[in-house]
Amino acid sequence: MIFIYDDTYEGFLSVIFEVYDIKTRPDEIHKKSHFQAGLFGETLEVNTDVERASRVINGLKKKLSARAINNLYRCWLSEIPQIEMVIFRYVAYALKSDKNIESNYAHPDVLEVKKVVKMIGREVHRMHAFVRFQKTKDEVYVATITPDFDVMALLPKHFKDRYQDQQWLIYDTKREYGIFYDLEKVSEIVLENAEWQGRNKVQRAVLDEGEDEYENLWKSYFKATTIVERTNIKLHLKHVPHRYWKYLPEKN
Amino acid sequence: MKMNVDDKLKILADAAKYDVSCASSGSNRKNKDKGLGNSSSMGICHSYSEDGRCISLLKLLLTNYCIYDCAYCVSRSSNDIQRAAFTVKEVVDLTINFYRRNYIEGLFLSSGIFKNADYTNERLIRVAKTLREEHNFHGYIHLKIIPGCSPEVMEEAGLYADRLSVNLEIPSEPSLQKIAPEKNHSSVYKPMNFLTDRIKLYNDEKKRFRSTPRFAPGGQSTQVVVGASPENDFDILKLADNLYNQQRLRRVYYSGYIPVSDDNRLPALKTPPLIRENRLYQADWLLRFYGFQVDEIVNHQYQHLDLKIDPKLAYALRNMHLFPVNVNLADKEMLLRIPGVGVKSVNMIIQARRYGRLNFEHLRKMGIAMNRAQYFIDVPGRPIARVVEDPFKIKSAVLSKDKNSQLTLF
Ligand code: SF4
Repeated sequence: MIFIYDDTYEGFLSVIFEVYDIKTRPDEIHKKSHFQAGLFGETLEVNTDVERASRVINGLKKKLSARAINNLYRCWLSEIPQIEMVIFRYVAYALKSDKNIESNYAHPDVLEVKKVVKMIGREVHRMHAFVRFQKTKDEVYVATITPDFDVMALLPKHFKDRYQDQQWLIYDTKREYGIFYDLEKVSEIVLENAEWQGRNKVQRAVLDEGEDEYENLWKSYFKATTIVERTNIKLHLKHVPHRYWKYLPEKN
Repeated sequence: MKMNVDDKLKILADAAKYDVSCASSGSNRKNKDKGLGNSSSMGICHSYSEDGRCISLLKLLLTNYCIYDCAYCVSRSSNDIQRAAFTVKEVVDLTINFYRRNYIEGLFLSSGIFKNADYTNERLIRVAKTLREEHNFHGYIHLKIIPGCSPEVMEEAGLYADRLSVNLEIPSEPSLQKIAPEKNHSSVYKPMNFLTDRIKLYNDEKKRFRSTPRFAPGGQSTQVVVGASPENDFDILKLADNLYNQQRLRRVYYSGYIPVSDDNRLPALKTPPLIRENRLYQADWLLRFYGFQVDEIVNHQYQHLDLKIDPKLAYALRNMHLFPVNVNLADKEMLLRIPGVGVKSVNMIIQARRYGRLNFEHLRKMGIAMNRAQYFIDVPGRPIARVVEDPFKIKSAVLSKDKNSQLTLF
């Protein structure tokens, strides 16, 4: 049986509930938006049910630590094809075991979850590192990103802790949504008619006049701080992968 | 000629780059009252220079004017270079504006010596104080303490900075006096010891009174220059080990000497000793995170780190009688000694083996570097072909596979 859900995590948890409810093992689980009506297999579209989703979480609480449960969510954010099945098997394994299974790294799904969580952690860390704000004329500091995984939901706390006295916006131009801090709270937003420069950068016309100056000072700093005798481009590229360059003033 | 900020930045960042400390971790300064910045204990590298080093702090000299003449230093008074000095406001403005754009975690401020140590340090402190008090800035601040600094001045520095450092630079007293005639080790150790005591006092009191005023919560660090004087790796690591155990330093940085002058007090090096520096960092990790004693790594018999292989592998090859380690039974201490196995892998092994016996394939899937580890582990499923016990053969096998990945940590 192929289960289909509405792209939300609650929807996915509803699928897990359904699987146990109707006692039918899934062959595949897919987001509705990603699913192309296939040629093979029977499909079942599961309605999202917040109540059922939280019953799944409560069931897991008896078997797993809060951290492990949160890790499953992080895993899901990876959008890796078939990740739903990995999480499902992990959950099934946890539910049927008498003892906590979360650190049995000899088990392929436990190990896989650990690996994906690590990848997600790395991506979040890179967002913390490589987000570059540009100040706009209306005093909002704006950054655009296109993370490999959909990690936006994991970013608000870090940036809110750090930038409490400035308004900021971080926007995923690939997934077309962002988070905005208005000096009080962080909320998810979708820009109407967003116009970017070169598909994913803030247009220069809306930037504050001081912006060029600080970008240039930063470039000067970046250049001056390099020790030419130690140049090691291979190492440099390992730390700053090419695909992030478009956001870094020092690389433009 | 009046210089603009960009000109000054070029000169004073260029001159500050030889100080290799870059860490922005180990402090915990929470943003409060809608201020700017937050120092998480993790620390974040926001970029990497083309020499591959992390850029997390805005690293500057307040000035490169200096009354001293240390041979290894670009700012030495006898060097014919362009001089510049920032105003307090300029440094504050750069820090705040870079921080707001998420370019940096904070500021690392050092300086040439204007008049004397205290006068210079007071200027550095003014920058930190302005950031904290006028701008409600909670990002990371690392201030350099100039050797010879008085306790009163350091007391004030500790109130505003997350980390303080006094650089040892040259690992032995006779070499230091030869290369930096105005300095001596006691002018370094005096402030370092003062800071050690003061930080300890702060840590003790903080446990009892939560309101204890902060004093350099990120601790202190130092830097030693490697290769400008004849000390061997045994001398250097013994020194570092002492600094960790007695002075409770958070970090010792090793800076491979870069020939910045043809001063005849210095050896004529063509290129900086980068591999040696990397081996020292690896050995330093073994001291801090792997429970090694310094004389297991270097000692009277082996005074130099092997440049070809990492120090943990070198240790294992000298101590073949301790291997292979039974991965399913060994204690943590021994697991940590297996070449190719890092701290995280050891933790995974310890957790996973509670569920059942691990085999070779499990370890491989966990991501253990088998090109090294395979010779040193005893685990079901280890291919017979990999049972080699001759250290020379192991060394050459590892080296032939290793050609492309020379400068990595384990
Ligand atoms: S005192 Fe410091 S800045 Fe001055 S020459 Fe010596 S190392 Fe350089």
